[in-house]
Amino acid sequence: MNFIEVKNVSFRYSEDSEDFVIKDLNLVIKKGEFVAIIGPNGSGKSTLAKLFNALMVPSRGDVIVKGMNTRDKDKIWDIRKTVGLVFQNPDNQLVASIVEEDVAFGPENLGIPPAEIRQRVENALKAVGMYNYKDFAVHLLSGGQKQRVAIAGLLAMLPECIVLDEPTAMLDPVGRKEVINTVTKLNREKGITVIYITHFMDETLAADRILVMDNGRIVLEDTPINVFKRIELLKGLNLDVPPMVELAYLLNKEGVPVNQNIITIDEMVNEICQLL
Amino acid sequence: MSIVVKNLTFIYNEGSPFETKALDDVSMEIKEGEIVGIIGHTGSGKSTLVQHFNGLLRPTKGNVIIKGMDISDKRINLRELRKKVGFIFQYPEYQIFEETVLKEVSFGLKNIGMDDERGLQERVKEALELVDLDYESFKDKSPFLLSGGEKRRVAIASILAMKPEILIMDEPTAGLDPGGRNFILSKIREIHKKYSMTIVLVSHSMEEVYELTDRVFVMDKGRIVMEGSPKIVFKNQEFLESIGLGVPQVVQLVNRLRGKGIDVGDDVLSIYELAKDIKRLYLRGRKP
Amino acid sequence: MIKNITVGQYIPGDSFIHNLDPRIKIIFTAFFVILLFMVNKLSGYIFIMAFLVLSIYISRIPLKFVFRGLKPIVFIIFITILANALFTPGEVIWSYGIISITKEGLWSALLMGLRLIFLIIGTSLLTFTTSPIMLTDGIEYLLKPFRRIGVPAHEIAMMMTIALRFIPTLFEETEKIMKAQMARGADFESGNFIKRIKNLIPILIPLFINAFRRADELALAMESRCYRGGENRTRMKELKFTAKDISALLIMFAFAVVIILNRFWKW
Repeated sequence: MNFIEVKNVSFRYSEDSEDFVIKDLNLVIKKGEFVAIIGPNGSGKSTLAKLFNALMVPSRGDVIVKGMNTRDKDKIWDIRKTVGLVFQNPDNQLVASIVEEDVAFGPENLGIPPAEIRQRVENALKAVGMYNYKDFAVHLLSGGQKQRVAIAGLLAMLPECIVLDEPTAMLDPVGRKEVINTVTKLNREKGITVIYITHFMDETLAADRILVMDNGRIVLEDTPINVFKRIELLKGLNLDVPPMVELAYLLNKEGVPVNQNIITIDEMVNEICQLL
Repeated sequence: MSIVVKNLTFIYNEGSPFETKALDDVSMEIKEGEIVGIIGHTGSGKSTLVQHFNGLLRPTKGNVIIKGMDISDKRINLRELRKKVGFIFQYPEYQIFEETVLKEVSFGLKNIGMDDERGLQERVKEALELVDLDYESFKDKSPFLLSGGEKRRVAIASILAMKPEILIMDEPTAGLDPGGRNFILSKIREIHKKYSMTIVLVSHSMEEVYELTDRVFVMDKGRIVMEGSPKIVFKNQEFLESIGLGVPQVVQLVNRLRGKGIDVGDDVLSIYELAKDIKRLYLRGRKP
Repeated sequence: MIKNITVGQYIPGDSFIHNLDPRIKIIFTAFFVILLFMVNKLSGYIFIMAFLVLSIYISRIPLKFVFRGLKPIVFIIFITILANALFTPGEVIWSYGIISITKEGLWSALLMGLRLIFLIIGTSLLTFTTSPIMLTDGIEYLLKPFRRIGVPAHEIAMMMTIALRFIPTLFEETEKIMKAQMARGADFESGNFIKRIKNLIPILIPLFINAFRRADELALAMESRCYRGGENRTRMKELKFTAKDISALLIMFAFAVVIILNRFWKW
């Protein structure tokens, strides 16, 4: 069974408007995958994020999570237990003043017995590397730390999938690294399905698959390197291209035959040394 | 000399149990018309430093002299100072409060004493044009109903309208997507060319600083630890990484190749130039 | 930076007082405040002071925090002392023109001043030793009986939790907005009263708009974490009465008895 299915989904914010933010989208996510979704502002990616956990339901079509339809009002809470959502603003997700109290918020809502909540909170904080901060005041944390606490808050609900909607847009480079490393580790070590929405290309390197969205549709879907190589398309959408991939492309255009599957600096250094 | 900083020390909450030394004996000079970058990890003191340039903060020790005005002087006319020094904060769209774009962009002008309606409208028009917003279609709109990118442009225009001689920008592209970022960066270049403003760019993005600035100041733990042209500063990859900063990938590649004896020019600023340079070497190697 | 000073700052610890059930602490504090206003003799004040000193010692809260809590109200204490000293009728011991200080006045000033100080220290002890969520959980529990008459106990507690969480964040934001507007030439210091209120608009409007946006985003985040009101919610830190709490209850009764006796007896 597919973990998440998006079937012919269209979405608009109001019944009167002709403006569909998502247009006839089809998508399948398998369990354990790390899927990245990139696209310019206004491409519909943030809206899509909210469709995955039933915060919003499609105007047309269906979103099925583990066999449950997000339109089914009885299944909303099960869906939200299964699919957690991390938002862009680190501050506006944290409810309690103290770290461990905020991480406990989710399990408390689920009516989990106190002793088990404590266990889950400790495990969640350890999984994101914030266990030593459990008694800290939330407002004293850095952006990256806050986002990790938000992720821990979801982990404490034992989700199978985490959707992250531009989680690093408001962070500094250190914070961005913390978040992407944490998320990659959770996917690799705990098998959590990850849907990672961003416009920072360098954060999509760990993904199994990248979906490129534009104007409410998926315009490209492939492995990272195959997506990066579509330089003209990406630039046309005002998206970044990893520098080494672009360099390989330009060199080939100039007649220098470098391998076009290069992504990292190491690979480029080796390739150029061999060539010259 | 536009900005002179001499042995500046700044301590937050002096005397309280939360006392922190944010700046420790900082000295620097910024010339008229330069674009300089100030980089450093979060907490290195960058924001604290630049807030002295328009008198938002006063030195605990040392001097800061902006265009001849000494910040520490109690008699300093802050209005005059803020006429000369424009400050664009991080996420400037959060400061928007007026009902129309026209009113919002003219807020600063009114505060520094301009009250001639005609003159105000002229300035607002000019400022909006600088950020590619059409005066007629935007002036009566509510700024709150604009898109995120448009809001930021309005906020920036409200500072530009004051025609500052020195412009300070704190992370001007924070939170923007690549399209938005490229737009702002090209505008900064344009503005610098057109008005020869002195521009101080505080940024986390090494790429931005590398592309735009003439000189870079590197800060760590309240001190300036390195200073020079971007080309020279970014050669010190190991050091920069040790203080929590990165180096643009293109520069890293050039450093590594040169380290292996490959003679790529280190004047390279863009990926296109680097490609051409490598091609040159490749062809040279292929000559019979 | 203002954000370091949280309102009624919680200082984590493991003392007897830290570990008491918050409900007991809240009730105790309420009684303390009431009893404080019953005291009318110096001996009573000395007893209360001794009690407070002992409590501070047991809680292991550093004295510097206790005194810092008094700073904001130093002005009020001063005014109170002054008012009492100057305006209480009785036996005049010093005068200058129409201003006179009476013996009763001095006495009254001293006692009122002490009362205020003890009030602040007593309530601070509550917030120093009780984490925000424990506090709101305690209040929620104590308000539950009033649900029958329509008091939304859980919702009030949740609102308090969120308010406490965002106070430092909002302080920080206010500072940022102020600086941004000052950089645009706004002046918050000069002008008459009306003008100064008007000058606050560039701060208040962004603050409110941002606050609404925060609330919106926070609501989405809470729903994503399956929040659906107070029904069937459990707590990680359950409120349980232990032997410690029973003994604290006994101490409270003893304390009350002493104060009441002190008031109505000669000593």
